[in-house]
Amino acid sequence: MSAVIQSPEDREASLAGIGASRLRKEDARFIQGKGNYVDDIKMPGMLHMDIVRSPIAHGRIKRINKEAALAIPGVRAVLTADDLKPLKLHWMPTLAGDVAAVLADEKVHFQMQEVAVVIADDRYIAADGVEAVEVEYEELPVVIDPYAALASDAPVLREDLAGKTAGAHGPRDHHNHIFTWEAGDRAAADAAFAAAPIKVEQHMHYPRVHPCPLETCGCVASFDPIRGDLTTYITSQAPHVVRTVVSMLSGIPESKVRIVSPDIGGGFGNKVGIYPGYVCAIVSSIVLGRPVKWVEDRIENISSTAFARDYHMDGELAATEDGKILGLRVNVLADHGAFDACADPTKFPAGLFHICSGSYDIGAAHCSVKGVYTNKAPGGVAYRCSFRVTEAVYLIERMVDVLAQRLNIDKAEIRRRNFIRKEQFPYTSPFGFEYDSGDYHTALQKALDAVDYPALRAEQAAKRADPNSPTLMGIGLVSFTEVVGAGPSKMCDILGVGMFDSCEIRIHPTGSAIARMGTITQGQGHQTTYAQIIATELGIPSEVIQVEEGDTSTAPYGLGTYGSRSTPVAGAAIAMAARKIHAKARKIAAHMLEVSEADLDWEVDRFKVRGDDSRFKTMADVAWQSYHQPPAGLEPGLEAVHYYDPPNFTYPFGMYLCVVDIDRATGESKVRRFYALDDCGTRINPMIIEGQIHGGLTEGFAVAMGQQMPFDAQGNLMGNTLMDYFLPTAVETPKWETDYTVTPSPHHPLGAKGVAESPHVGSIPTFTSAVVDAFAHVGVTHLDMPHTSFRVWQALREHGLAL
Amino acid sequence: MAKKLINVTVNGKSEERAVEPRTLLVHFLREDLNLTGAHIGCETSHCGACTVDLDGKSVKSCTHLAVQCDGATVTTVEGLADKGVLHAVQEGFYKEHGLQCGFCTPGMLVRAYRFLQENPNPTEDEIRVGMSGNLCRCTGYQNIVKAVQFAARKLQAATAA
Repeated sequence: MSAVIQSPEDREASLAGIGASRLRKEDARFIQGKGNYVDDIKMPGMLHMDIVRSPIAHGRIKRINKEAALAIPGVRAVLTADDLKPLKLHWMPTLAGDVAAVLADEKVHFQMQEVAVVIADDRYIAADGVEAVEVEYEELPVVIDPYAALASDAPVLREDLAGKTAGAHGPRDHHNHIFTWEAGDRAAADAAFAAAPIKVEQHMHYPRVHPCPLETCGCVASFDPIRGDLTTYITSQAPHVVRTVVSMLSGIPESKVRIVSPDIGGGFGNKVGIYPGYVCAIVSSIVLGRPVKWVEDRIENISSTAFARDYHMDGELAATEDGKILGLRVNVLADHGAFDACADPTKFPAGLFHICSGSYDIGAAHCSVKGVYTNKAPGGVAYRCSFRVTEAVYLIERMVDVLAQRLNIDKAEIRRRNFIRKEQFPYTSPFGFEYDSGDYHTALQKALDAVDYPALRAEQAAKRADPNSPTLMGIGLVSFTEVVGAGPSKMCDILGVGMFDSCEIRIHPTGSAIARMGTITQGQGHQTTYAQIIATELGIPSEVIQVEEGDTSTAPYGLGTYGSRSTPVAGAAIAMAARKIHAKARKIAAHMLEVSEADLDWEVDRFKVRGDDSRFKTMADVAWQSYHQPPAGLEPGLEAVHYYDPPNFTYPFGMYLCVVDIDRATGESKVRRFYALDDCGTRINPMIIEGQIHGGLTEGFAVAMGQQMPFDAQGNLMGNTLMDYFLPTAVETPKWETDYTVTPSPHHPLGAKGVAESPHVGSIPTFTSAVVDAFAHVGVTHLDMPHTSFRVWQALREHGLAL
Repeated sequence: MAKKLINVTVNGKSEERAVEPRTLLVHFLREDLNLTGAHIGCETSHCGACTVDLDGKSVKSCTHLAVQCDGATVTTVEGLADKGVLHAVQEGFYKEHGLQCGFCTPGMLVRAYRFLQENPNPTEDEIRVGMSGNLCRCTGYQNIVKAVQFAARKLQAATAA
């Protein structure tokens, strides 16, 4: 053999493993129109389902007349709650321990609620059928304001809960009250406030927004009446959980339910829950014995599938006169809509909101979150964030700015004075989180140096001194800490299933490999990055490693992709499974080389006999041997499965800086500069990380500057198309500058922390910080989002700054 | 509903089908011709996921009727590559990481294909405006701009050669 001797460095480079900006394996199909999304799936004999929805936000259903719809040629069935009742499927459990109507049972609770479904030969006929279904309603008083929902004489929204004085998360003290959840130490926080010389408080509303992935939700359900099995292609971020829930609801054994998440056109939390449309399509397929497709339109997506946020927050900080924070108190009123369908780990009705002490060493803290029902769509999902972390980061970052303004200390300086110091990690927060690692001071200084912060402040001072300046300049600064990678199963579960994740790796005889995962990519590039982890762990080129996810019949059980958990949890499962294979491979290599395992060194892609470079076996050699003639006492084959239950969350962090110029005549805010420094620990694919950060920043920009879901007094959603709901185009979107530091997680096998959601979580308060900063010299401490031109212009007028 | 016979040249191939007058172009392409590259994202002409090239213009096929296209020439994302060789816009999106979930990508590519014929040597601002009929939720556009710049350079070089 005339092999070219390659250096270890060259061999390592040819693997395209961890750290390589490898181009994406997924792209070939997407750029040629060969993706396979739910709406691309066609099955023989497939019917189409469409949904009759309530035009009003609160009312009783007096009568439903299906006759005209059923008379339309091609309409096969019309189903209402009465048809689902014998199957006990007219209500379904939610992830938050409540129930939600599948089809409205005697009452509708929000505008666009599902009332009936029409199944027909094609989607046009189904839409005709929807038009022809007659529903008569008796209107009831509507509750939109969550504060008004708790008035003693407020209308009773959930009559089905009459007499229930406790919910899944403790006592209910009012008919529209869902839960009150507390964390931290109230007495200690109160004592800190009583003793502190400085106290600041701020009320803020984090508006209701919608994740709005470009692909709406849908499914194709196919029940085979002969075999008795059900296959459903579905837009789900958690297909295994869907399988468990479908089995529980339908009574079909889990072994006969196959859920497939094919290509998913973005999720951002919107595709975590189980929606009535999915359930109805499955029931329709069972009833009719034919495949049934349901794909919602954009109006349905925005109006009825899971929203995010809608937190009315009151924050208070206690501090010394030189800005050292002594205490934090937070009270939140959470508008959950008509059913409590938040997607949070079971024990946490407000998610991980108690990360709200942020990056700061705060002695005492307490938070309380009260959830209430209103006549709005259910939801409360983590829109590109870990559960309620976006709200928490917004709260603490705003409060630190408020305190800085009160004490006339620079925003950067007050953060420096309060940061958890590098040597304090692992650090236990006053809410009980154990932060794994961080180096905030270094990251902040790098960010300030990168933008020449003192020069920006000098420029701002000059502008403020000039009464004729056409613009106001604002500088936003945020130093966030996230908590992601849910999570340790002792703390985190979904419907009782621990939030581990899983990986199965098989090395084939000729040295290529397949890995199957419990997660599901929706654009994150798992097929590319997961292969890189295996490449580095096992010395197999990532190019010959196939990654499959999303099919519950082949993939090991996992909890799915949301809350930045893929790399922290599934990425760790990959490393651990690979290490099991590595351990077996070492035994085989030792046998092949006739030495003891202890005499072998691992180098990139091979086991070498220590001290003799000429004697080695590559992983491919070992793979062949494992199928050909494994050593006595070892099973043939080279594969492993690992279910990884993380010992802790991971805590990515970042330092973001934004400069806005606000037009004093129009209120338009132009983002001149946005610098984002992220620390996600070990970086697996820098190209993909940067892409994720660009995307997260852009979604953060959308939330901060324009997204909202306003309701009128009758409960009509005033903007449920892309005409009204703000998705920025390339023109509005700022240009992003990215940077990084690397502080590995000490408990993660790779040191990786997760990244995709940090830019969303971190950027939103940065935009607010910048816009408010432009008004800081006239005493403004806070402006609620969204910072639309009109709202900013109103603020300009109010403070005498408009031109 | 009575159907109407139409003939449309799609990706170089003449296609004759009977369609209902209300059939949208995007459904004609996706359901009748099995060309599922163009996607439906909003039904209101805002997102551009359904963009196709119709007689030399970018159109949103979710708000165009199939019967309006009788006698027309349509190019979809499936028609961009030439005998297995990727078009410069496809190569650009791949090499510059201009896509993530891929749902907007077919519309982006078809729009970029037309835009670079309208303006072969665009500035960054012109690209941002020229591509503003297409929404992306994943990438933040920065790499899409780079992808279009890559394609522009490649097409320019090919023209010069």
